[in-house]
Amino acid sequence: MTHVITEACIDCIHRSCVKECPVDCIYEGARALYIQPDECIDCSACVPACPEDAIYHEEDLPEMLHQHLEDNKNFFAQALPGKSAPLQSPGGAKRIGRFGVDTLLVTSYPCRQPET
Amino acid sequence: MNSNTDASATPFARCLAESHRNTSSVRIAVVGAGPAGLYAVESLLEAAPEFRIDVFDRLPTPYGLVRYGVAPDNQKMKSVTRVLRNSFDNEALVRFIGNVCFGVDVRRADLLKFYDAVIYATGAPAERRLGILGEDLPGSYGAKEFIEWYNGHPDAAHYNFLLDKHHAAVIGAGNVALDVARMLVRGPEEIASTDVPDRVLAAFRSNKITDVHLIARRGPGQAKFTPVELRGLGDLLNADIVIRPEEIQLSDSDEIRIGANRELRMNIARLREWAVTPLQGKERRLHIRFLRSPARIIGEKHVEGIILEGNEQLPDGHLRGTGNFETLKVNMIFRAVGYRSLRLPDVPFDEAKSIIPNNQGRVLNGSGQVTDKEYVTGWAKRGPSGTIGTNRSDSAETVCTLLADIAARKVCNGNDPEQILIFLDNRRVNYTNWMNWLRLDDCETQLGRKQDRPRVKIPDLRSMLELSRNS
Repeated sequence: MTHVITEACIDCIHRSCVKECPVDCIYEGARALYIQPDECIDCSACVPACPEDAIYHEEDLPEMLHQHLEDNKNFFAQALPGKSAPLQSPGGAKRIGRFGVDTLLVTSYPCRQPET
Repeated sequence: MNSNTDASATPFARCLAESHRNTSSVRIAVVGAGPAGLYAVESLLEAAPEFRIDVFDRLPTPYGLVRYGVAPDNQKMKSVTRVLRNSFDNEALVRFIGNVCFGVDVRRADLLKFYDAVIYATGAPAERRLGILGEDLPGSYGAKEFIEWYNGHPDAAHYNFLLDKHHAAVIGAGNVALDVARMLVRGPEEIASTDVPDRVLAAFRSNKITDVHLIARRGPGQAKFTPVELRGLGDLLNADIVIRPEEIQLSDSDEIRIGANRELRMNIARLREWAVTPLQGKERRLHIRFLRSPARIIGEKHVEGIILEGNEQLPDGHLRGTGNFETLKVNMIFRAVGYRSLRLPDVPFDEAKSIIPNNQGRVLNGSGQVTDKEYVTGWAKRGPSGTIGTNRSDSAETVCTLLADIAARKVCNGNDPEQILIFLDNRRVNYTNWMNWLRLDDCETQLGRKQDRPRVKIPDLRSMLELSRNS
């Protein structure tokens, strides 16, 4: 089981979840955040932290957002464009910083103007 | 949208830069090796990696409530230790000084002498009481005793919870109450996959409980448990969940409030689903009751029951007793109505709020003035609320305050780090270090491997100390 960040995060990246995560397992791509499923300890602290309600426990994921479960995993399991190797499990987002690329799914979303 | 983070990073970065000027031997004491204390260490290391930090704990074990509070059937949550232990990678910088009791083995004045700053991260070790008749009858327990017992806390090593009664009540509607109720209805095979001490596993193997009643004073719209804890009840192998549909009906104002809160919506949806799920005839039942207040615990020499009064919720959200009473026949009662902090010897304390008075982590004295060199984080700072992760941001705030003060003070006492150890030796304090903990940790995980369990906890202090020192 893990938690999943879904489409409401794209082009928003509020990052309030990052501060709440006790294991620092929420990583930043370019346009969205991703949860490392093997590092997540299922505490759900991130869920109420997100002002966009973008984060779900795997079991609570609405059907229409289900593709994000696999997509979150892909962010770590696949070598993303411009990167030589997959991120895998770095053991903490802070030391990675902004990774600067996204998964195919997130990239496929049309750009949204962040609300001001 | 990101301006928030940037704005908070600026003063933080500034206080870091300034604190670097004179930090070669800045020495910090952290009192309490639970999540709040260890997240404070993490923040300190990140900002000022050359600081020398000593983390004290009353026990020879680190991790506080992660080890002794988080329920054993939630090993995934306990794996947060993977992150918390990182701070001790370099023992030259961060030392663990265990089995040292603040106020007894080392006092406030001693720490203030040896260190440039002290961070209290002592949590909330006491419990609130119900304040009703019969509360002290045998068979009526604080959740803390039970939790410490099943988690192998040395304070509970002499307890012996014979789970030989059929009916139990758990009073409270927070995560602690849910933990206790869930553990009571777990089957022996479920407990056998956890890290509980052998003695505790034996008690659960002969657990005679058939019915556990979880009693919530308020309605389902006000219950404090989080969806993740409530979800944990859904996978009970040996227990059906019983909910009376009439007790989870919501008032109009609740419906509106809940509509705006996804966590509450999820809780209510789950409760409603359980209320209409036919019982599967499992050997145990967990009854979740809402809008019931404990009025009195009855029994001659032992708990024989609890009298509950119905509550109704007024439009303004307040509760009113309905005057309708019912008696539940139970032989064990666990009160789980909240923790509270205790006054530390010689340290300011706000009795009304049960916290160490502070401003962004800076400890304030009785007249509201900042004390010199003293800080607080975690439950002792904000009260017993939030989850493990809440302590990360809470400790970051305290550390930022501390760094700004140290930068402004531009002094450090230049003490030799060995002095505190010499002081403890002279006082014949039997303190332990990180290596000692690693040995105990290794013993426990090896015991676990033999039984196909994640670990088997050693619950008594003497054995813990012996195993810590054997190489």
